[in-house]
Amino acid sequence: MNRDVLSTLLPAFVWLPILAAAITLLVRRFAGPQRFLALAVHALALAGALVSLSTVSDGTVIAEQVSGWAPGISIPFVLDTFAGLLLGVAALMVLVCTLFAVVTGDDADPYFHPLVLVLSAGVYGAFLTGDLFNLFVMIEVALIPSYVLLTRSGQAAAMTAGRIYFGVNLLVSAVLLAGVGLVYGSAGTVNLAELAGAATESPAVALAGGVVLLALGAKAALVPVHTWLPRSYPFASVAVTALLSGLLTKIGVYGVFRVYGLVYDGTGLETVWLVVLLATMMIGVLGALGESGMRSILSFHMTSQVGYIMLPLSFFGPLGIAAGIFYMVHHIIVKAALFLSCGAVEHHAGTGKLSQLGGYARREPWLGLVFILAALSLVGIPPLSGFVAKLSLIHASMDAGHYLAAAMAVVVSLFTLLSMLKIWNGAFWGADPDPITGPALTAAVATTPDATDPGAARLRHQTQDAPTALDRMPRRLILPGALLAACTVGIGLGADVLVDLATTAAEGLSDTTAYTEAVVPR
Amino acid sequence: MSAAVLVAVLVAGGVYLLLQRGLVRAALGFVLLGHAANVIVLAAGGQQDREPAYVGNTLPETGLADPLVQAFALTAIVITFALTVYLFAMAGHGGDDDGESSDAEPSDEHEHHGTVVDGPPSGGHATSAEPIGTSSTGDVPTGRTTGREHA
Repeated sequence: MNRDVLSTLLPAFVWLPILAAAITLLVRRFAGPQRFLALAVHALALAGALVSLSTVSDGTVIAEQVSGWAPGISIPFVLDTFAGLLLGVAALMVLVCTLFAVVTGDDADPYFHPLVLVLSAGVYGAFLTGDLFNLFVMIEVALIPSYVLLTRSGQAAAMTAGRIYFGVNLLVSAVLLAGVGLVYGSAGTVNLAELAGAATESPAVALAGGVVLLALGAKAALVPVHTWLPRSYPFASVAVTALLSGLLTKIGVYGVFRVYGLVYDGTGLETVWLVVLLATMMIGVLGALGESGMRSILSFHMTSQVGYIMLPLSFFGPLGIAAGIFYMVHHIIVKAALFLSCGAVEHHAGTGKLSQLGGYARREPWLGLVFILAALSLVGIPPLSGFVAKLSLIHASMDAGHYLAAAMAVVVSLFTLLSMLKIWNGAFWGADPDPITGPALTAAVATTPDATDPGAARLRHQTQDAPTALDRMPRRLILPGALLAACTVGIGLGADVLVDLATTAAEGLSDTTAYTEAVVPR
Repeated sequence: MSAAVLVAVLVAGGVYLLLQRGLVRAALGFVLLGHAANVIVLAAGGQQDREPAYVGNTLPETGLADPLVQAFALTAIVITFALTVYLFAMAGHGGDDDGESSDAEPSDEHEHHGTVVDGPPSGGHATSAEPIGTSSTGDVPTGRTTGREHA
């Protein structure tokens, strides 16, 4: 697409979903039109993101000086290959998760679609902004709907989770704001392009940027500031959990990559990153092994995967960063596929507790296939996308001489396999669970954090009316997860395309000249 | 210097309140922390220049205050305000802190799925609640009543 036209349209990624959110709020009494409008906007965003990605796939950078202010004064929107890639994945996530909410009835809440639209606007904005303060604002725009989505059901477990999530994120946001203020005080600007390399020149800027990195790292749930995530994510409805896992923590990851790459030139904190990220990988996967609900395992496990994604920060270079970006795209897709296939089980059975599930692979072979494909991809079995991601990551760390990191990546993979097998054995393998009577199911559900969403409650009532809990699962519940599982197979088989894109994106992150030239022409 | 002292006092008060058990106190702690962050942002623009920026037709010769940090602080204040209101709303909904919620859980279940949970509430409490801290069974009925009223 023409670059001038595209740059004019860049802010539409933010204002269009917010406008649509306002309209869906107005028509909230009419579920049909609301659904249609939300899905149409999500599909439009995906199309726009793919067009944007194809335009910048050769490494060009497109900058839009919003409202025509002079470069350096305006609050720019910047689209480079990295941002375009994540924009595309994020738009895909939003569309698929909304589809899942539609087919399961999680969107019965009239405020669901407006909130998701605002959330998506914030995420797109965070990926596209070229200004540190605007990054803070966009993160808030994305977070505020997530607070509401998490606590809308009003049930005790969700409220407790909401308080933890809300409290931690509020604290972290205050730290982020203070960090942005310190960067402005020490460097005199918050424009990322003007900040390029500033931390290598001035220790004060490096310290101020460190506060920003700390806050972004907490949003990405790095050890030791990860404990909020497994205590909050599993308590939302399935679609919301998948959405939050795919988008919100990844804003933090994106922010760290961007800030560390631009402001620090990717140097200075190698040892810190190595220690933090190896601990994140290990503790995340061990924590996952200790959980007993499907979504609890997946949530805790996310921490471990974030460690993988960010591991290349400890040996910043084009090869490693390309592996990290590839891993990030793969991880977002596969994790959502896992959440959605486990969520389908949870919606069908009314519980996510592994001790009360079983036999789904036999009764629902397609769902079992979707889950096992995604799980094996997460572990890193060829020919799925996880294999390419892990191979390139391990190759990059060997190349940089980080043999410990490479070894840990392999060891943690084994634990990953173990935690995935735990879900497989509990929910998919084996015999059907004991015959479930209504009150027993409900009493059990009352203690289960994984089944606190209103949709599951409604489904439980349906099982009350027809106590045959072993009915066939509707095909439409499997479809969204299957779509994403197909993506991971596709990425695995045709890895060249994504590897090329990730390499171009990584070159843009390691050599920031193109970025700064586009935003602040000299 | 005055800004540094102010930030130190605000952060100290905010952290103290955050470590309290009640959610309302924690919310007030967040308010103080938000103020501290805003003072940092304002101080980042320089404190010696105090002339209002872009008021009237003529610009002051010297001492023009940095308008950018004021815009930052204004944006941040709006966000903090909205979040504080939501936090207070959450504090008003159900239990006052996390310790109580596991006790209130049976009543929530009772309310949301009133048709299926039968039998005495104490039975539900025994099977499903994980006792936290010192909460005793005697506290439960009052917690239940307030929870239901707020919901």
